Amino acid sequence: MTDSSVATAGGLKGFAWRRPLEAIFLPVAALVVALILFGGFCALAGANPFGVYGSIYQAAFGSWSAWQNTLIRAAPLMLTALCTALPARLGLVIIGNEGALVMGGLGAIALGLSIGSTLPPLVAQILMAIAGMVAGGLWIMLAGALRYYRGVNETISSLLLNYIAIALLNHLVEGPMRDASFVTKPSSAQLDPAIWLGTLPGTRIHFGLIYGIVICVLAYGLIQRTTFGFAARTTGGNIRAAKIAGLPVGKLTLAVCFLGGSAAGLAGMVEVAAVQKRINESLVSNYGYAGILVAFVARHNPLATVLVAVLLGGILASGGILQRSHNLPDATVLVFQGIVFLCVLYSDSLYGKLPWFQEKVVSD
Amino acid sequence: MATESLGLLGIPLGILAGTLRGSAPFLFVSLGECITEKSGKINLGLEGTLLMGAMSAYGVSYLSAPSVGDFWAPWLGVLAAGLTGMTLGAVHGWLSQQPRVNDVATGIAMIIFGSGLAFFFGKPFIQPQAPQLLTFDWGAWSSSPQIQAALRVSPLFLLGIAIAPFLQWFFRATRWGLYVRAVGDSPQAAMAMGISPFRVRMLSIMAGSFLAGIGGACLSLYYPGVWTERISSGQGLMAVALVIFARWNPVQCLWASMLFGGAQAIGPAFQSVGVDAYYYLFNAAPYILTLLIMILTCSPKRSLVGSPGALGQDD
Repeated sequence: MTDSSVATAGGLKGFAWRRPLEAIFLPVAALVVALILFGGFCALAGANPFGVYGSIYQAAFGSWSAWQNTLIRAAPLMLTALCTALPARLGLVIIGNEGALVMGGLGAIALGLSIGSTLPPLVAQILMAIAGMVAGGLWIMLAGALRYYRGVNETISSLLLNYIAIALLNHLVEGPMRDASFVTKPSSAQLDPAIWLGTLPGTRIHFGLIYGIVICVLAYGLIQRTTFGFAARTTGGNIRAAKIAGLPVGKLTLAVCFLGGSAAGLAGMVEVAAVQKRINESLVSNYGYAGILVAFVARHNPLATVLVAVLLGGILASGGILQRSHNLPDATVLVFQGIVFLCVLYSDSLYGKLPWFQEKVVSD
Repeated sequence: MATESLGLLGIPLGILAGTLRGSAPFLFVSLGECITEKSGKINLGLEGTLLMGAMSAYGVSYLSAPSVGDFWAPWLGVLAAGLTGMTLGAVHGWLSQQPRVNDVATGIAMIIFGSGLAFFFGKPFIQPQAPQLLTFDWGAWSSSPQIQAALRVSPLFLLGIAIAPFLQWFFRATRWGLYVRAVGDSPQAAMAMGISPFRVRMLSIMAGSFLAGIGGACLSLYYPGVWTERISSGQGLMAVALVIFARWNPVQCLWASMLFGGAQAIGPAFQSVGVDAYYYLFNAAPYILTLLIMILTCSPKRSLVGSPGALGQDD
């Protein structure tokens, strides 16, 4: 970060507006470059790039119905993204989002099935959300604890925990939790309709979107505006300095990992209680891995996460239309995601390199 | 597979067969990851490389069969898989060495990009049957079809077994091996020696991705020997754990791959004799095993024995 000293050394002339502009320009430029590259790819595959752009826009943001599809997909994405974004502020790279989502789904469904319709719906939903958050939180907290107490690399352990969680899910829906009357695929029993997570009035969008936005705003406040967040960011900046300053690094690691995991666990609860209504393998639909992408593109800022999740939700929602109207495989969307992610990562390395965005330093 | 005739003997036989069949992709991907990590970089994107390798091997084998015959076509596919892998490796190698770019994030991006490309171009190859690599049928002496199937060994697996000690020697005894280790332990020291860390890492990542691409060819041209979008069960991601497990030692990568291949076969082996209550939990055996071993061997006080000094550090 030596380049930032360029702007701060010496007096600045007037208001420093070029650097904030750079922070907006670079991601947008990355997106434009990604669109151009993707257009070239489509042209090579024999499709008209402008037609493809138009279709993606139409399917993602072109109408109220398209917006609803996009927002339904954005809800779990912004939550799973926090599972990477929050620990990242502490200097940890956690990629166990998928596993935490699955564990959250399992926790929520286990509680939801045992409650049935015995409690008022709102109480039941809150309890399911708590169960999902605790299950997902503990799952990632395990990775954090292994990191702090045993020095186990948290990236690898959280990755392994994904596979273990998915295996546990498959085991439970094939065996102990299986509902024999549902023949389509091995699944648990269905939640009581009374406790399904409802939709916002007049839309198909479920309440998970509200959960997602509220949690992201809370996470932003926690990280940027509280002593706890300051301690976490300090630890992420320099762990040795944090220890010398007397910060409880171990407790911080556990707490932040728990919070990140609980956000992904809540995403699992939302998917189970609002979309699938029962639990089976279709819960594992890459929301976890896409969440990692959202976190990195949003540069681990919980508020930016909401925006990026909506954008990616739109890209995901346009998968079907590319196949129907341009005869491109579903995987086209995956290619597009990959190109966007690569371009955004590269743009990160350009901060402070473009001369136009450097503040003029007053000489003498 | 009907194993009634063998009874409970089917379990060890099934595990043996699974080890011989299933460890080849693990072996190639872990050797690839080993080269990469020796140079101080992590490539999580080998999962995408593996899928791309599997797809291009299968596609090239299928398309070239009419012109070069059923024997050479799969080998052409293996070469194509390696070259495709190397191309993806070049992207990863360049991008992950830019300032402020995290190699784990690049890896995840490369998984999405690589698997997207593989599914995109692989769609036409899901149906047709491509010519497969010929295998050594070392079980021909037996009349039991299970034993015959178990001892059908792929030449690619033997190639991998040969590469492992070669790499060991390469790292220990050659000038280039020393360059890679020097860059992995301390890029500054390597720079003082007049070596370009950028170039060494780039070449290491590309070579590693070449091997990972061939690992994909093992999947699509040997076992299971088809191209589907679900062909990989995370071998590319597992490679990262496997290399830690093997302590960055190529020969130990071989043993670790066989252990993982065998562990992967536990579930199906039990299922084949009618025990399928814990099928999925047995399938998770390699992951649980890796985690336990990491918990037992790691320590917060020191880094792992054999770990490259600059591994995963930002430049």
